[in-house]
Amino acid sequence: MPNLKDLKNRIESVKSTRKITKAMQMVAAAKLRRAQEAAEAARPYTERFNAVMGRLAASVGKSEGAPRLLRGTGEDQTHLLIVMTSERGLCGGFNANIAKLAKQDATKLLSEGKTVKIITVGKKGRDSMRREYGQYFVDHVDFSDVKRIGYADAQGVATEVLNRFDAGEFDVAKIYFAEFENVVTQIPTAQQIIPAKFDAPSGEDTGAETLYDYEPDETAILADLLPRGVATAIFAALLENGASEQGARMSAMDNATRNAGEMIDKLTIEYNRSRQAVITNELIEIISGAEAL
Amino acid sequence: MADTVQFDLVSPERLLTSVQAREVQIPGAEGDLTAMADHAPLITTLRPGIVRVISDKGEDEYAVTGGFAEINADGVSVLAEQAIHRTDLTQEHFKKLVAEATDRLARAQETFKNEPGPVDDAAKLLADMVAMGDHMGLSGY
Repeated sequence: MPNLKDLKNRIESVKSTRKITKAMQMVAAAKLRRAQEAAEAARPYTERFNAVMGRLAASVGKSEGAPRLLRGTGEDQTHLLIVMTSERGLCGGFNANIAKLAKQDATKLLSEGKTVKIITVGKKGRDSMRREYGQYFVDHVDFSDVKRIGYADAQGVATEVLNRFDAGEFDVAKIYFAEFENVVTQIPTAQQIIPAKFDAPSGEDTGAETLYDYEPDETAILADLLPRGVATAIFAALLENGASEQGARMSAMDNATRNAGEMIDKLTIEYNRSRQAVITNELIEIISGAEAL
Repeated sequence: MADTVQFDLVSPERLLTSVQAREVQIPGAEGDLTAMADHAPLITTLRPGIVRVISDKGEDEYAVTGGFAEINADGVSVLAEQAIHRTDLTQEHFKKLVAEATDRLARAQETFKNEPGPVDDAAKLLADMVAMGDHMGLSGY
């Protein structure tokens, strides 16, 4: 039976752990609200952008003159996976889930004889993929100094990706991130960004018959907008990821706090029992001592 | 016929304004244009310049650095790469924008030695940026 002092120390240490996890949960809750607001604020741009791109893409189609970012290189050999995770841990399965999805895809592509290249954004995903897929890493983007993700950060990543595309380093690019559903659910998602895919505008409400004038012409606008589309997609994904990370951390820390509470209860019962045992023992000694006289 | 249009100005980070406007002046890539109610549907890219919104409540100006605008019968949406309310655009900030454009030109000149296209584009961007500053009484240097 552990002695009383050890038990007391353990209870104290679990109590301070609970204080830390509780504090982290509250910080994550505050950050989550901000991250959600940022994601919300960016939504109008993304929606409108995709609506316009959808129309443009539908009208230019896959014709010969279409830019390569839309049409693709005509091949499907080299795949670039951009795996976006967080810079910090202690957020439950958040990073592991994204990495798992990316690993699955990588394994599948490799077994089909395709070439895989990986760019990691965020330290945690890099760490968890290094062992198996380290040799496919081509680049890493570090956001540990960035407090609030801005559009400029996303643009930086996009420029990097576009330069590689122009240099013919890959044919297809996909981004991996976690979509924020709610505080307890974040869905790891893969989204293809090159060649770009846009949902065709849904029939009636957008007025499919509206004929737009384009200034300059459609192809020139597309050539101007497609690189921006890559940046927009990455930006939206980064914001989703930010909200998901905080949500995941919040529920992970909530669980940790609850577990610590249970642990404290259990330890306290054990402590009281052993204390009682010690007292009973002492009483027996005193009584038997008195009887012996 | 309504004499106002729904005007939205959005940047990737947020929705800047959403008002009923009587007219909107837009710095299109191929020339300035004014959109009023029942304008023909048009999509145009932007050059750096000033978007001026005239509504019943008065006039408002925003500096944009590029992007595109979608105009149709019932609304005008400007999707700017960066958009700043005129009063928020300081000399310092503007200097940074000009420095970025200058940098871009230098890089274009380096990478595309034998192709005039991208270099001209970058030069035009810088010139537009400086012209916008002149208009607002800001200097880029």
